[in-house]
Amino acid sequence: MPIALTKSLLFALGLLPAVLLGWQFYRDDLGANPIEAVTHSTGEWTLRWLLITLAMTPLKRLSGWYWPVRVRRMLGLFAFFYACLHLMTYLWLDQFFDWSEIWLDIIDRPFITVGMLAFVLLLPLALSSNRYSIKKLGRNWKRLHRLAYVAPVLGVLHFWWLVKADVLEPAIYALLLAALLLMRLPPYRRDEKAKAARQGAG
Amino acid sequence: MLIKQAQDLTEADVTPHSVYRARRRFMQAGLAAGAALGWPWLARGAIDLGDITPGPYTSDEKKTPYKDVTTYNNFYEFGTSKDDPAVRSGSLVTDPWSVSVGGECDRPGSVGLEDILKAHAMQERIYRLRCVEGWSMVIPWVGFPLADFIKRFQPNSRAKYVEFETLYDKTQMPGQRRRVLDWPYREGLRMDEALHPLTLLAVGLYGEPLPNQNGAPIRLVVPWKYGFKSIKSIVKVRFRETQPVSSWQQAAPSEYGFYSNVNPNVDHPRWSQRR
Repeated sequence: MPIALTKSLLFALGLLPAVLLGWQFYRDDLGANPIEAVTHSTGEWTLRWLLITLAMTPLKRLSGWYWPVRVRRMLGLFAFFYACLHLMTYLWLDQFFDWSEIWLDIIDRPFITVGMLAFVLLLPLALSSNRYSIKKLGRNWKRLHRLAYVAPVLGVLHFWWLVKADVLEPAIYALLLAALLLMRLPPYRRDEKAKAARQGAG
Repeated sequence: MLIKQAQDLTEADVTPHSVYRARRRFMQAGLAAGAALGWPWLARGAIDLGDITPGPYTSDEKKTPYKDVTTYNNFYEFGTSKDDPAVRSGSLVTDPWSVSVGGECDRPGSVGLEDILKAHAMQERIYRLRCVEGWSMVIPWVGFPLADFIKRFQPNSRAKYVEFETLYDKTQMPGQRRRVLDWPYREGLRMDEALHPLTLLAVGLYGEPLPNQNGAPIRLVVPWKYGFKSIKSIVKVRFRETQPVSSWQQAAPSEYGFYSNVNPNVDHPRWSQRR
């Protein structure tokens, strides 16, 4: 499948949850507490896209395909897109731009503090996700984009601290995230290193 | 696909409650006759609340629609999502049902639901139920004062608290297969709170028997406390000298205290309670 088609398909797929949610919201089909439903759904989609983005490099390594790396940026931007929707839902629909209340929320409630922090970490990643920045930042671009490992950790913590007693769902995200991060540790990257060494020697 | 909605229905199109009641009674009589003829399953689910009169305490606040009251519930015995209870509570059998009462009282015993319904006149009370999570609903409950129920068992001088317990049955309550809370769900009140005229034992809402997801067939409603204090599907009541430990209190003592009175000036440690 040509990469352009893969990208188009993934783009449509990425928009789908937002479109469905918007439609349900418009139809008043989100139950008794639609704002909560939108907040939860956009938050979970942010986490999902973050994890999917992190899965691309291991997927490439395990499968030998190259396309996962080429769609990685778009997937990461979808994570950012849903994070924006999530934040806007909170600022607008939930708090209605009551900045003093929002500030109290951020400093009083650890789950909101880490959520905000996660968003702040994603911001430079989204802004520097263009060719110009990659060129301009050089080596530092890669360093900067290691924040993509930190943001989902804060995101999972944000979810974990929100739930009252049933931590099953945040625990599932935590496990997946831990697996994806572990795959990046040196012992699990031996093949790749060996290959690089071989290529370097040859 | 566009599904047409009946938007031109007005309040006038709703069957008046008296007509509805009359129809109900007619059908129940038919079912009872059927049951007498040897089809006892016909009598199931035919809980009769009898006549309902407006209670002394009410509210003119806008009621939360029946659909919202019965599809957005916290009832972890059926799952931890808000829509789980409505979807998964079909397995709860509320007839027959009995409540056993014991502890520090002179006349302990077990009472069947029919006897409870016969012994007390049903009132409608419109209360706002506030959840500790920060949302609330205005619900027209049907029930009777807990005080009237308690007096029948003659608690003695050592009875300083009342403890309540929800049914514990994994086959009927699938959410209990996971230990999200320490089952069975337990709650408690101090005796003066239990005897307070606002404290209600509810058996219905919107003039009908309680749907399973709302705590059928009998639950507590304490309007000045957060919703989790209003324990559902009660099977046990116990008078105690010492303060009981409720399930949520046990799970997170700093967040769900024994009293948990509604107070907008005191935030839950993790979210705002101001609105």
